Amino acid sequence: MLKSLHIDPGKCTGCLQCEMACSFENEGVFNPAKSRIKVFTFHHEGRFTPYTCTQCAEAWCLQACPVDAIVNNVVTGSKDVLADRCVGCKVCTVACPFGTINYDQDSGKVIKCDLCGGDPACAKACPTEAITYINADQTGLERMRAWAAKTDNAPQATA
Amino acid sequence: MAWANKVLRVNLNEGTCSSEPLNMEWAKEYIGQRGLATRYLVEEVDPTCDPLGSDNKLIFATGPLTGTMASTGGRYSVITKGPLTGAIACSNSGGYLGAELKLAGWDMVIFEGKSAEPVYLYVVNESAELLSASAIWGKSVWETDEILHKTHQDTRLRIAACGRSAEAGCLYAGIVNDLHRAAGRSGVGTVMASKNLKAIAVIGTQGVGNIKDPARFMQTTAEQKKVLVDHPVTGTGLPTLGTQVLMNVINETGALPTRNMRDVQFEGANNISGEQMLEPRERDGKPNLTTNAACFACTIACGRISTIDQGHFTVENKPQYWGNSGGLEYEAAWALGADTGVDDLDALTYANFVCNEDGFDPISFGSTLAAAMELYDIGAITKEDTGGMELKFGSAEALAWSAEKVATGEGFGADLGLGSKRLCEKYGHPDLSMTVKGQEFPAYDPRAIQGMGLTYATSNRGACHLRSYTVSSEILGIPEKTDPLVTEGKAGLVKAFQDVTAAWDSTGLCLFTSFAWSLENVAPQLDAACEGEWTADRLMETGERIWNLEREFNNRAGLTSADDTLPKRLLEEAAKTGPAEGKVCGLDEMLPEYYEMRGWTKDGQVTDETRSRLALPG
Repeated sequence: MLKSLHIDPGKCTGCLQCEMACSFENEGVFNPAKSRIKVFTFHHEGRFTPYTCTQCAEAWCLQACPVDAIVNNVVTGSKDVLADRCVGCKVCTVACPFGTINYDQDSGKVIKCDLCGGDPACAKACPTEAITYINADQTGLERMRAWAAKTDNAPQATA
Repeated sequence: MAWANKVLRVNLNEGTCSSEPLNMEWAKEYIGQRGLATRYLVEEVDPTCDPLGSDNKLIFATGPLTGTMASTGGRYSVITKGPLTGAIACSNSGGYLGAELKLAGWDMVIFEGKSAEPVYLYVVNESAELLSASAIWGKSVWETDEILHKTHQDTRLRIAACGRSAEAGCLYAGIVNDLHRAAGRSGVGTVMASKNLKAIAVIGTQGVGNIKDPARFMQTTAEQKKVLVDHPVTGTGLPTLGTQVLMNVINETGALPTRNMRDVQFEGANNISGEQMLEPRERDGKPNLTTNAACFACTIACGRISTIDQGHFTVENKPQYWGNSGGLEYEAAWALGADTGVDDLDALTYANFVCNEDGFDPISFGSTLAAAMELYDIGAITKEDTGGMELKFGSAEALAWSAEKVATGEGFGADLGLGSKRLCEKYGHPDLSMTVKGQEFPAYDPRAIQGMGLTYATSNRGACHLRSYTVSSEILGIPEKTDPLVTEGKAGLVKAFQDVTAAWDSTGLCLFTSFAWSLENVAPQLDAACEGEWTADRLMETGERIWNLEREFNNRAGLTSADDTLPKRLLEEAAKTGPAEGKVCGLDEMLPEYYEMRGWTKDGQVTDETRSRLALPG
């Protein structure tokens, strides 16, 4: 069963524990600047939104890479960057419509979410379940349920 | 390690920034943040100096756990000699700024001297420079934040600034970071402005990597996080209602100081409570509270993000206040509300926004206004003094007007900016000032919570709840219930809370974790991160060392046991209603025992024996 990161911004408190867990897992340091997942604050509206790669089935970053440094992980469905093959040309960063693959000056390579090989550290670290790792076929289920609850089941009055 | 092992020293006289190694011998004895910065202050600052003169220093200090995965590990403190009190000032803040400083590779920033022209400190990792503040001097904290983000074209910039109130000399101005988190008390922002230092702006992308045992650290921080999530206070009460969970509780215990502490219960308490913040407003159908918010690394998320009803008289023609911003915490809601007798939630939220916008402490402001209202009530302050405003208890108009005046220091705002003690002296009624060592009380009446009386009287930074929050034991029963109405046993309780808290405030963690954690939960996290062996016992001893060193600073500054007292009202005028009806605060029953337990003389001086036992500097 393929799983996906599921993000519920309404539950996010902006604590950045996901960013720290991500940077620690991938870089061995607590450093939000190196995190593959980012939490954005919309202060005026009072909203926090975590955002990261959704692992497109037909991934534009993968298609765009001229040296085949981005590959499909058949187990997790993640699109993984092979660091030893990446030449840092950044074409993938142009191709990605969501901005979730980024160049890292320190390594000269691109970095993106690889679902931590199937056990994403961000989801484990999130204290409010704003980030969960669930069945990829059901990421919309809770939202459907929420809207279903709002649906008026009363028979329509006829004129 | 966890410490970055680096101090940024900023000489404002010369306009220079230099890097030096952190004194690791001191770090072993004082941990970081509050404790370690106190050690530096004692070493480098003459306690008798003028707090607003160039000899005073201003220290921004993180703890070893700041910038790490440890839940709430994002705190920093500002340590200096305070202008409100003449005592050591140490104000603690959350948000993201402290963590950013650590992620940039600094444990501490020490500002010394005074700049000839207004400047701000700009830090990008190891690079630090002072830049001209000509574009932001005279601007509010919020404007400063916006201008600096535009100037540097970088959304990652984290900013702490003092507001116009500090520039105008308000003695309880704070330092506000991330728009609405504040190192709020004792006038640390006033010191900042006195140095012609407007802001610090930081980008940190180096990270914190030198953890002693990373695997153990990740495991223990995950375990302790679960303790917070599962605890009713940190997992449910604080996220849902914030610290405002207390408003109705404290009112019911008859410990809600009302109308400058004339009364101990407020008839309008529920209107300004955390529960009320969730109720839809009549006019727009929206609740005051939009969402809760966390500081860096925080699992609790007690922060309030609120809006004001756009039709409310305070903001109806001011769209700049229509968005979300930092909402009411309990202490602010009490000071702006119960203490002034105002029960208009929108007016309180507006006053709170203005406090954040121009950087002044809502506790001291509300309490000073309450004193002014009592002075007005007895005719000692008149409409001629205020320039026409009627400072009546319960007036939302007077509250909003006063906040605006203090923000800029104009007119009567300059008097209100003096703080309650100086205001009451100026108008001839010093007894009406509800202060200790010149600092205003927070939201717990010591006639109904006796331990808080001793807490206030002996707090090293003047009246304060965050130096030993015995409310936790006396009202909430954490870690164990004690009777709030008796004085017996409170000396030991206060001492224990003071020592625990001093250690806690030195780690980089938030004190609010202590509703669910004891030092037994803190020690393993520190031990996995930091050099050496860290146990709860060692932390307790370290806390005691810090407390005594702060006391030494104050004694050398000229404070004496005569300053360890309470206003006459609390010692002589009995509570009129509630469970404590007929009671005064029995401070004299607790204070001598407290001195003895501390190993101090009857005059409150630290003895050589205590000094030697705790290895305090000579």
